[in-house]
Amino acid sequence: MAETLIQLAAALAGLALLLALVRFLRGPSPGDRVVAFDVLTIVGITGIVLAAIAEGRGIYLDVALVYALLSFLGVIVIARYLERGL
Amino acid sequence: MTDTPLHLLGALLLVAGAVFLLLGGLGLVRMPDLFNRIQAGTKATTLGTLLGLAGAACLHPEWGLKLLLIGLFILFTNPISSQVLARAAHRAGTVKSSLTSVDRLSEDRGEA
Amino acid sequence: MGNLMTAMTGVLCVAMLGAALLAIGEPGAEEAQTDTSGLPIAILAAGLVSLLASVLFLVLAAPDVAMTEAAIGSGLTTFLFFFVLGRIRSQSETKGGEDG
Repeated sequence: MAETLIQLAAALAGLALLLALVRFLRGPSPGDRVVAFDVLTIVGITGIVLAAIAEGRGIYLDVALVYALLSFLGVIVIARYLERGL
Repeated sequence: MTDTPLHLLGALLLVAGAVFLLLGGLGLVRMPDLFNRIQAGTKATTLGTLLGLAGAACLHPEWGLKLLLIGLFILFTNPISSQVLARAAHRAGTVKSSLTSVDRLSEDRGEA
Repeated sequence: MGNLMTAMTGVLCVAMLGAALLAIGEPGAEEAQTDTSGLPIAILAAGLVSLLASVLFLVLAAPDVAMTEAAIGSGLTTFLFFFVLGRIRSQSETKGGEDG
């Protein structure tokens, strides 16, 4: 039962990834693409947590921590670039 | 994997988090302009990730500290990045949809 | 849960293909050869390819490679490219708008 629910969660997260990718590919302005990038990073964190649960290896979570750091720094740097402050 | 109530609760939390991620992605595609997309894309996905991390903590209690660290980091940084991005878009003069009628930042700056 | 990992690999590969196509160049933009306005989008797409590749490495059971790819490929190179683009833009603006 729990395993089926985890697979369902993975399917929903994969669908969310594809939807964010659609916005990334279509997004008219660079800002839209940055938002989509942020969402893709966060969906990636959930994907990493799901992979860690599926494999039962807690070491995978370190990568999720790096991701959380990168998502923040990346959006700050790109936003500074977009408002011509860099 | 045995099906204790805690495992079931963790799996249900994971599914709930994935549903919020899906709603965030859907809002990202459906919303009319950039500011609405920022709202949909960051708020819903922050809640979704936190629920997913809580579910993982229920499934594997020994990972609790690391998951708490990731959750706290996301909770602190994600609103900041969304605010910085919205301000950058506002300063760069992003076109708003006709449905977006309130603009307090321009009013505060006296730009009408 | 081998099925779950296989499905994740498939979704990641499709997403990587889409991002890589965008990184190469927007379809239907012939002026992209001389115009630099498409560069930030290409850099962002290249960063996305790295990001997805890093999750793919993790799914292939290599967490150390995944961490390095996330930090270097998706983090450092993207930031560095944006810093350089900002420098180039401010230099060309002080020269009067034309690229020198």
